[in-house]
Amino acid sequence: MAGVIAAVLLLAIAAYACGGGTDYGAGFWDLTAGGAERGKRPRRLIDHAMEPVWEVNNVWLIFVLVIMWTGFPVLFQQVFTTMWLPLALAAVGIVLRGAGFALRKPARRLAGRRLYGAVFAVSSLLTPFFLGAAAGGVASGRVTATTTASTDVWANPTSLLFGLLAIATTATLGAVFLAADARRFAAPDLDRYFRRRALGALAAVAVLAVVTLFVTHGDAPHVWHGLTHGAGLAFVVVAALATLATAGLLVRPSGAWSRVTAVGVVASSVIAWGLAQRPYLIPTSLTVAEGAGASATLRWLGVITLVSVLLVFPAVALLYWLDTHGELEGLTDADLRRDGTGEEA
Amino acid sequence: MHTILLLADVPAQTLPARSMMAFTLASHIILVPLGVALPLITLVMHGYGLRRGDATALLLARRWSAVMAVQFAIGVVTGTVLSFEFGLLWPGMMGRWGDVFGIGFGVEAWAFFLEAVLIAIYLYGWRRLPSRTHFLLALPLPLVALLGAFGILAANSWMNTPRGFTLDSAGNPVDVRIWKAIFTPMFGPEYWHFVFAMFVTAGYVVAGVYAVGWLRGRRDRYHRLGFTVPFTLAAVCTPVQFVLGDSIARQVFHKQPVKFAAMEIVWKTDTHMPEYLFGRLHADGTVSGGIRIPQLDSILAGFRPDTRVTGLTSVPASDRPTPTQATIVHWTFDIMVGIGSLLLLLALWYGVLWLRRRRLPASPWFFRGAACAGVASVVAVECGWITTEVGRQPWIVYQNMRVAEAVTATRSTSLWIMFALIVVVYVFVFGSFLAVLLKMRSRWRLADENGGPRPPHETPESEMPETDTPYGPRSAGSRL
Repeated sequence: MAGVIAAVLLLAIAAYACGGGTDYGAGFWDLTAGGAERGKRPRRLIDHAMEPVWEVNNVWLIFVLVIMWTGFPVLFQQVFTTMWLPLALAAVGIVLRGAGFALRKPARRLAGRRLYGAVFAVSSLLTPFFLGAAAGGVASGRVTATTTASTDVWANPTSLLFGLLAIATTATLGAVFLAADARRFAAPDLDRYFRRRALGALAAVAVLAVVTLFVTHGDAPHVWHGLTHGAGLAFVVVAALATLATAGLLVRPSGAWSRVTAVGVVASSVIAWGLAQRPYLIPTSLTVAEGAGASATLRWLGVITLVSVLLVFPAVALLYWLDTHGELEGLTDADLRRDGTGEEA
Repeated sequence: MHTILLLADVPAQTLPARSMMAFTLASHIILVPLGVALPLITLVMHGYGLRRGDATALLLARRWSAVMAVQFAIGVVTGTVLSFEFGLLWPGMMGRWGDVFGIGFGVEAWAFFLEAVLIAIYLYGWRRLPSRTHFLLALPLPLVALLGAFGILAANSWMNTPRGFTLDSAGNPVDVRIWKAIFTPMFGPEYWHFVFAMFVTAGYVVAGVYAVGWLRGRRDRYHRLGFTVPFTLAAVCTPVQFVLGDSIARQVFHKQPVKFAAMEIVWKTDTHMPEYLFGRLHADGTVSGGIRIPQLDSILAGFRPDTRVTGLTSVPASDRPTPTQATIVHWTFDIMVGIGSLLLLLALWYGVLWLRRRRLPASPWFFRGAACAGVASVVAVECGWITTEVGRQPWIVYQNMRVAEAVTATRSTSLWIMFALIVVVYVFVFGSFLAVLLKMRSRWRLADENGGPRPPHETPESEMPETDTPYGPRSAGSRL
């Protein structure tokens, strides 16, 4: 049962990397969109594309945390003790990001929008970095029962690379999704704009991935071995193929498939990492079996997961369907006036 | 001497960790009533508007949705911080007990997912979804909110009355029984007390906004509706909450007698206990100040003056709240009960007049009271939460783990710095939230007074309202 719940945890992390990642990526491109005038249209696209779905994308994180502390309490304790600083900063980043995004829209004045926008964009960059750094600390086995919070646990080559990879992959996902959204909003110039950026970010991901393979050889040998053998290797190959496919699709105007392949890149990389860690939750110090909580709890977590699949998936699918079919749109000022342009029937 | 020894046992991390948890939770809890109950209030208004074809009601529902969009977002992120803090501040508790009581959060995770999905569909469905579909898709929202509260309250009541496990020789929990861990003795009372607190608070907060408008002379249908719907909900829930509050206090008396002793500053176990309104407990067990009502505490606890009430001294000093903590708990408890009683009077005033004359009270004092009721009920929520949390001290898991054992080993300096950073961030976020709400209000008021949109050439560029989506073809299919 512990193995099943570990797989669920891994899939939830992959889902968060894809859903939340797309969101962080949109923030990254918001940051780099240039001045208020030049960046106006990309930012508007970012606002409209993100608005209905960003909260749902971020609930995956809650799910990850719940599975972690209920299913693997010791893992949760060790990770949060050792990776104290990056995780605390990530939490602050999450607050600033969400608040900045939510407050930007109702703020009308340029100064206000600039401030909230900057807060949103900068924290979109920092949060995935810190989360990635924490993951790097786990992968390189620096999280142990006896380590306490200090900088060298997370300021190490693997952590830094994982952090940078997190930024690059979120940027890729964000740009790929925004390009497809631009097509949906009938703005072909923005489609081109974001496809160019997606290609650049994808190249960065590829380079960083290769560097990571070299660095992990010495710094995280267990994970390196897992990534270059067996099931881990298979997912690395899938990720590489998905990268090539995404690059190929990004050359032409966005269709439905670039999003699928981009999600494939990220999901299979996360899964490859997870498989490479087998049988450890934290390489060479805590195995899945050792870290698992009480067996009754794990069974119930299984039930919880099953219900989630039955209950939450259709709901999330409905939301994504409505969103991609242009059924969801924010209220405008005109809808909020008394002369009521927004009659219901 | 005794106290000094005790203080030395408490790690330096405890104070900053507790301050940080208290601060972030106290901030988050302000948004919770709106998160749980605003969807219901809005849906009632929305349904009324749809049924009667009432444009004013629909306008109110749309405006409340716009507020909900911002409030829900900030609620989501401040709630996420709390999840992180379980690990950042209390790794000891999660490491040992996570698999015993964490499952409730699993239920909360689905509820949260569904809530985020449904609220997104509701908030962004106004313009394009068919009106019936839009309304029907939002109907599960209040239920989902209650499900979310279920998870959180299951966890908190477990911390108060932990059950569903046995300890092995090393003191670790084994043989976990999930149902027992979720449905602990305090769960039922805490859950219903909390849910009604959320309805009452959200109702009074929203109604309070329109009560202020009413006092300033804006007595149109818009303000009347905006006041009546939430106020009626809150007024109906208030007497229920009064009964629930009374019953939870008695449950605490039975299940957590030491906490009850702190709430009522009872020093020595005895019968014929007097009730103190406010007053201060000293280290030697004397009480100064406050109003003393003979016998009442025993009567309230067990309906008879000879009811034996457990005192603080029934357990060693290291296992009970300090006199200062007891005084805090006593005050917050009394303030909560006091506010509850005043709200009950307000609700009765409203209810009696409505039943007999079918109209709103005319007295400005009623509306002054209603305007304050929103703030007062938020204060009551904070007080209730302080009562339950401080009253549990020094335990994080009642009688099983001390706060000091659960706290992180991270240096206290780092914790203080992080606390300062969090305070700055929260002041910024909540300040901006308030500013944005006030801005929305004045923008809507201006629009209402001008009777329609201003022609574009009069509108300053920077405040240009968005009248349509920025991307052409999308609005071609618009129903507007």
